[in-house]
Amino acid sequence: MMMCKEATRLMSLRLEQPLTPREKLSLRFHLAMCGACRECDKQFTLLHRAGEKVRSDMEKSDQ
Amino acid sequence: MTDDTSRDVAPGTTRMQRLSTLRPRLLSFARMHLRDNAMAEDAVQEALMAAIEKDATFAGRSGYETWVFGILKYKILDIMRHQKRQGRLQPLEDESDDDAVDRQFQLNGRWNDASRPDRWGNPDTLLDNQHFWKVFDACMVALPDKIARVFSMRELMDLSTDEICEILEIKENNCWVILHRARLRLRQCIEEGWLKGDSR
Ligand SMILES: [Zn+2]
Repeated sequence: MMMCKEATRLMSLRLEQPLTPREKLSLRFHLAMCGACRECDKQFTLLHRAGEKVRSDMEKSDQ
Repeated sequence: MTDDTSRDVAPGTTRMQRLSTLRPRLLSFARMHLRDNAMAEDAVQEALMAAIEKDATFAGRSGYETWVFGILKYKILDIMRHQKRQGRLQPLEDESDDDAVDRQFQLNGRWNDASRPDRWGNPDTLLDNQHFWKVFDACMVALPDKIARVFSMRELMDLSTDEICEILEIKENNCWVILHRARLRLRQCIEEGWLKGDSR
């Protein structure tokens, strides 16, 4: 049974490359049962979006 | 592109104005990567000079700001490669444990009560909130150098882990370990500064 720490490793890895079917399944299973990890997953996604926003703000024209 | 100075050898005043408007943003971007004011100033200065010198080669295929930003990214990576060659970066080892990360979990791998992730609210609202960005910046500064470098190359510069590994000469697995730590440290730091901070 996968625990939260390992679940966060997969959430992070998922942002870099596709997970194996087995990893996907166990992460999905954990997230279904664990509210704290669901929040953590949203937070990782938000950090990723924050990076995108930093880039798009850099490239925005003031004209 | 509304300005009509693209054929001049030196950029016209419009472009010069745009460069000076852009400068603070370039500087804060460079600082996030290089974590050193003087070095960031130099990188931005060089990027601005290159933009001025190469003004005639700006073909308007992309926005002007995007083009200048691209020059800066190139300069920053150049400096990073140089630092790497000079051995000025600490080696990026992944074998040692990261206490700040371990403290978030119990020995059995479950969250510790004190660090259990909380709800942050609507992501769009958050990303438009000045206070969030202040906390984000402070938390980036608080990251250890090597963790910050990998995270900023990946998430702020949007390099692939392949490219990061090549520049920093680390293994991809090492890169993933570091990114995992960076995300866990940042999420905790932001949560403390954001939800439990005094001002919103
Ligand atoms: Zn969990």
